[in-house]
This record gives sequence, structure tokens and C-alpha cells, in this order.
Amino acid sequence: MHLQSLETRIGDADPRTFYLQTSPEFAMKRLLAAGSGAIFQIGKAFREGESGRLHNPEFTLLEWYRVGWDHQALMNEIDDLLAYLLQEPAAERLTYAEIFRRHLAIDPHTTDAEQLLALLSERGVRLSADPLDRDVLLQLLMTHVIEPAMPRDRPTFVFDFPPAQAALARLRPGVTIVAERFEVYVRGVELANGYHELRDADEQRRRFTQDLHQRRHLGLPEVTVDAHLLAALEAGLPACAGVALGVDRLVMLALGVQHIDEVLSFPIDRA
Amino acid sequence: MAILNTNQFKSGVKLLLDDDPCTILGADFVKPGKGQAFVKVRYRNLISGRVLERTFRSSETVESADVVENDMQYLYNDGEQWHFMDPSSYEQYAAGETAMADAKLWIKEEDSCFVTLFNNLPIAVAAPNFVNLLVTETDPGVRGDTSGGGSKPATLETGAVVRVPLFINEGELIKIDTRTAEYASRAKE
Repeated sequence: MHLQSLETRIGDADPRTFYLQTSPEFAMKRLLAAGSGAIFQIGKAFREGESGRLHNPEFTLLEWYRVGWDHQALMNEIDDLLAYLLQEPAAERLTYAEIFRRHLAIDPHTTDAEQLLALLSERGVRLSADPLDRDVLLQLLMTHVIEPAMPRDRPTFVFDFPPAQAALARLRPGVTIVAERFEVYVRGVELANGYHELRDADEQRRRFTQDLHQRRHLGLPEVTVDAHLLAALEAGLPACAGVALGVDRLVMLALGVQHIDEVLSFPIDRA
Repeated sequence: MAILNTNQFKSGVKLLLDDDPCTILGADFVKPGKGQAFVKVRYRNLISGRVLERTFRSSETVESADVVENDMQYLYNDGEQWHFMDPSSYEQYAAGETAMADAKLWIKEEDSCFVTLFNNLPIAVAAPNFVNLLVTETDPGVRGDTSGGGSKPATLETGAVVRVPLFINEGELIKIDTRTAEYASRAKE
């Protein structure tokens, strides 16, 4: 929902709006539903307004899917990949709840917004406006407090997110419902994000609709629901896990450089 | 007053925060996995001089501060205020004690200083990085000691007191690094 697409109009007589992909996810899921089996691609993705030390509006993603795997199996494979490419030791794996307990001694699934806000200010994070949304506060604690404190000597995998941050992950029922999503951090850099993929078309439609509501609420541009993706899910997406890994950030880590501009020929400021 | 969007935040940009003019030292785009984007800003409050951090939502807007920085010539002190002139416009500005806190120890008439104006009033004045000043009072020099071992206090023509090597005598011109308030070397006229 917080991704903004770049759009373009194509066609002389009857121009239609097309979007540059913010990730190849939807297209790849259509292939999976059509029976492709395990697939990968390295390609460009585009996100409006994202520019900074770790962001450029045009960037490169490595995205792959494993049919029949869950997020734990996919994390094993990422461990192997990071050992091969960056000579990293095996990652430490913590649930979202565990990492919050370790760094902040709270349960992120139950702590209320007021306490989260107090915790932020206690840790010296000053906000220009108080975003009272619990999930925004959790995300700020993650980026401002937990990420900088993550160990540098081995990767950290964080998994089983709160359902409100599920995106396209499936939910796992239990005492606490969690989304089977994971994030990969290497030396404090968020490198990859993966899911045990949601297959339920109705649930997907519900999340799309909810996103649209929230977009309207936040005054963000409206987007059309991807009917092709919903059709693919209805036809049947095989059970699978998928992950997207930022290739530019991977190169940054391999070279030990601090800014994404150092690994791009023409970053946005010189595009 | 111009309104700035967070994507215009970069170092050197001047903002009005809590009614004080501030200059951005660094702006980091922060975006958690699938979440909202933020911009984490390090800035210096130009009034207090303190360096602080604040996080903005990436859609927020902030008022810019009308801050102008210029090299200006120091003209004279009238006992209460220090007067400067912008050499391009010949416009004159008077700076008070607060703005002069650091610079007043080092500057002489006609020195070129770096003046920060907020709403057209000087809020900070920086002396040149290096100034040459006359030693007006110090214990007699130790002959032959040019090794620089040991130091002694010396009063300068502006009234400032700095540590100088033992071989420096009254009436000598010395070069001071105003950023550290330390003796740099002997100076020639």
C-alpha cells in the first residue's frame, strides 16, 4: 500500500494507463498459477519517491519462488545464498515477537499505541507528528531502535509478522495469529522480504479492498485492483514461498560501500 | 514563506522548527519493509547551536526559514553591538552579544566574517578560520627554545588569551585557528 507506482499512458487512439512494476510479484504469480514451477528473475523495479542511502526510484530486484516450500525452507536457501555471495555465517532467526522482546522487552502483538509512543521517546526518537497507528509505531521502533542494534557479525532473519503487516503473506492461526512473512537483514541493511504466499483469492481481494480504503483515507492516489492477479489466484496458485532481494544493496554489502549511489551508474540525481 | 516537502530535505536546507531556524546536516530516507516512508533528519538549531534529530513522515511539509549566509566585513563595535557590512549590497547589520559569542574574541576591524541572517537579523557570526593577532602580554620568551615543548598563556590585542609556545614574545604576530582557539604558528605581517 505504501508503494507508489510510476505510470505512463500508451496508445494513440484509445490511450490506457500502464504502471511500471514496483516488483515483478504479480506477473510471476500469474506464471506460477499457469504451472511454471519454481521460477526466478532479476529485473528492474520502479518506486516513485524512494530516494536515499538505500533507495533509488529505479532499482534491481532478484525475485524467486519455490513451489511446495514454506517460508522456513526458503530462509534456509537464503542462508546458503548469503554464505556463498557474502561469506556470511548462518543467520540468527528470531520471530517478530522475539526481537521486540530482546531489544525493547515488550510483546509487539499486544502493546498499545500509547506505550509504543512512550518507548520511542524514551529511546530518543523525536517525531514531528505523533503517528498513533500501532503498526507505524512498531515500524518506527524497528527502523530507529532495533535495526541499528542488530549484530553485524551475522545476518538476522525476522519472521512471523503481525497480521496488519502481512502484505501478501498467508496467516497462520494460533494463540497469536501471525503472517508467514520474513525480512532478511545483513549488517543492519534490510536486504530481502519473503512470504509463504497467500493463495486465497477472496482473502487477497479483501486485502486489496482494505488497502484501497486506507489509501483513500490517507489521500494517496487510487489504484485499480489487479484483476489478472485475482484471476490467477482463483485459477489456483500452487503452495509456494517467494522472496524479493535488493540486488543493488547486495552489491553494496559485497563491496562494503555505504550509499546506493556508489553501485549505480546513473542514480536519480544524475539520471 | 516557502513550504518545503520532505523530498526537498538535504543538507544545507534551512527549516523553521519550533520557531527556530535550523539547518539540515543530513536527511535519511527510511522505509521499513512494507511500511510508510519517513525521513530522518539531523539538523543544527542555528540559535542554540545544538545538533538534534527528528523523524518526519515523507508526506509532511515544513516551513522554510528565511536564512541567508554571507561573508561580511566587520566595521566597528559601538560598545553594545558589532556592525557589519555586506560588501555586495553595502547594507549594514548590527549583531548583538549572543550572535558574537565565539567571534568577538578573534575579530578586528575590516576582517571578513561569515554572518548568518535570520529574518534579516544576524543570529550567528563566525570569525575567519585563521586570524593573525598581535601578542600584547606574555612572560618573556625563552631564548633558543624553538622546539615547541611547553607553553604559556598570552594575551592578544583583542583581549583573548591563548596558550603559545615558550619562544613567543610580546609584540609578535601569531596565527590562531579560531575553530579550536589554538595557536597555529608565527605570522608575518
